[in-house]
Amino acid sequence: MGIPLKDSLKHYWKTFSLNELLKGMRVTGKYLFDRNKITIQYPEEKTPLSPRFRGHHALRRYPNGEERCIACKLCEAVCPALAIKIELEERPDGTRRTTRYDIDMFKCIYCGFCEEACPVDAIVETSLFEYHFENRGENISNKQKLLAIGDRYEAEIARMKAADAPYR
Amino acid sequence: MEFISSLWYAIPEVLRTVIVILLQIVAVVIPLILTVAYTTYAERKVIGFMQGRMGPNRVGPRGLLQPFADTVKLLLKEVIIPTKSDRYLFLLAPILALAPAFSAWVVIPFSENMVLADINAGLLFILALSSLGVYGIIIAGWASNSKYSMLSAMRIGAQMVSYEIAMGFALGGVLIASGSLNLNDIVRAQSGSIFSWFAWPLFGLFIVYFISGVAETNRAPFDVAEGESEIVAGFHVEYSGIAFALFFLAEYANMIMISALTSIMFLGGWLSPFQGLDFLINIPVIGLFFGNGIHWLALKIAFFLLLYLWFRATFPRYRYDQIMRLGWKVLIPVTFVWIFFEIIAVALGWQPWL
Repeated sequence: MGIPLKDSLKHYWKTFSLNELLKGMRVTGKYLFDRNKITIQYPEEKTPLSPRFRGHHALRRYPNGEERCIACKLCEAVCPALAIKIELEERPDGTRRTTRYDIDMFKCIYCGFCEEACPVDAIVETSLFEYHFENRGENISNKQKLLAIGDRYEAEIARMKAADAPYR
Repeated sequence: MEFISSLWYAIPEVLRTVIVILLQIVAVVIPLILTVAYTTYAERKVIGFMQGRMGPNRVGPRGLLQPFADTVKLLLKEVIIPTKSDRYLFLLAPILALAPAFSAWVVIPFSENMVLADINAGLLFILALSSLGVYGIIIAGWASNSKYSMLSAMRIGAQMVSYEIAMGFALGGVLIASGSLNLNDIVRAQSGSIFSWFAWPLFGLFIVYFISGVAETNRAPFDVAEGESEIVAGFHVEYSGIAFALFFLAEYANMIMISALTSIMFLGGWLSPFQGLDFLINIPVIGLFFGNGIHWLALKIAFFLLLYLWFRATFPRYRYDQIMRLGWKVLIPVTFVWIFFEIIAVALGWQPWL
């Protein structure tokens, strides 16, 4: 009855030879001498970013310098975090343009819906992810700031959008 | 020179003794603290490597100044005393944990003549002091007035008491084999060659001793006392700043202590593994390295410290009841059996290690 003697002896041998523990230690010991570390030394090295990366927002312009946004408020409507606030006016030539375009970066969840919703590709999310706020209120990105980011990174934004375009 | 010696003898004798003792203490404690500092660095580095990471590499070249940065940070931090804690015991506990960890070093023979107190009951002294260490931890757990600290202190108390038995028996085996309680005599009893080290005839006790040593110092995989997922950080949750650093220091001093003791009891302490191979020792300069000396003890300690880190990087934490089972139902019977056969061997005069 019970466990056969052979199995019992096998079990005792397995336990007292510390076989399984030594196997485990062999694995970690191998990695001790493995020069191939997966660490990325962040400020100096960076991981590659996808063209679809969703970072800080930007407002783009047409090549002639006119801002793209037509204040259709689709982004404001689709925003699940209610982070976007838009006010608008009609210009003398009859076009609609925003007077205020605020994104609360604290509320924003970087879902990218605003970008999807935009009929004129005005609001985009850039690959910019290294930014910080030092004072209260700076978390609200206003129109000037968004346009400035758009102007500064236009080349990169265009490149990223072009890279992703075949898959849309 | 003459002036200095005349100045020296002008000091009253009592004061001279005190100065000599203080200098001896400093001579042991300073290297010990430095070793502790670099053990923490080595730990982070080795475990990092084993996990495919790099470990600290920002402070100084290859992160070598990291321990000092940590020390400065801990020294500058505020020691927060919880409102409803027992202030006196709360501050006494780290000292109680540290003092035995340091004072046990007086009987450690670093080499043939380098031992602070060459007392005859060295082994008993070590056993006594390593048991005292648990008081600091239990008092810390109780004085913090936190349920996590308390739980952790209870776990440590039970764990240390259980493993002390296996440890004591393993040392009993060494005692029978060497016939002395004096640590230097124990080392000398192992002289001859690498095959007269007690690790071979007492192999089981050697393994049991080191495993219980790991459990005694509450290191992984026996670190239920600070299981993060259950009781935050264990008995030192409420400690910060230098009070926490003292616990840290005590833990690592105990680790080094256990490593040193394992080397002394089972691997011949300061004896060279090349003993008996006279042609190696007779080589002019390199022969010094092959000969006996403190460097062999240091190397052996380093090896056991590496094992500590290796265990920590490899094994998942034991459950509390598994720890108790291992201590009481595996390690203690193993030591019993081993000592039984050892006693028979000694009684029959069959002592291959002598």
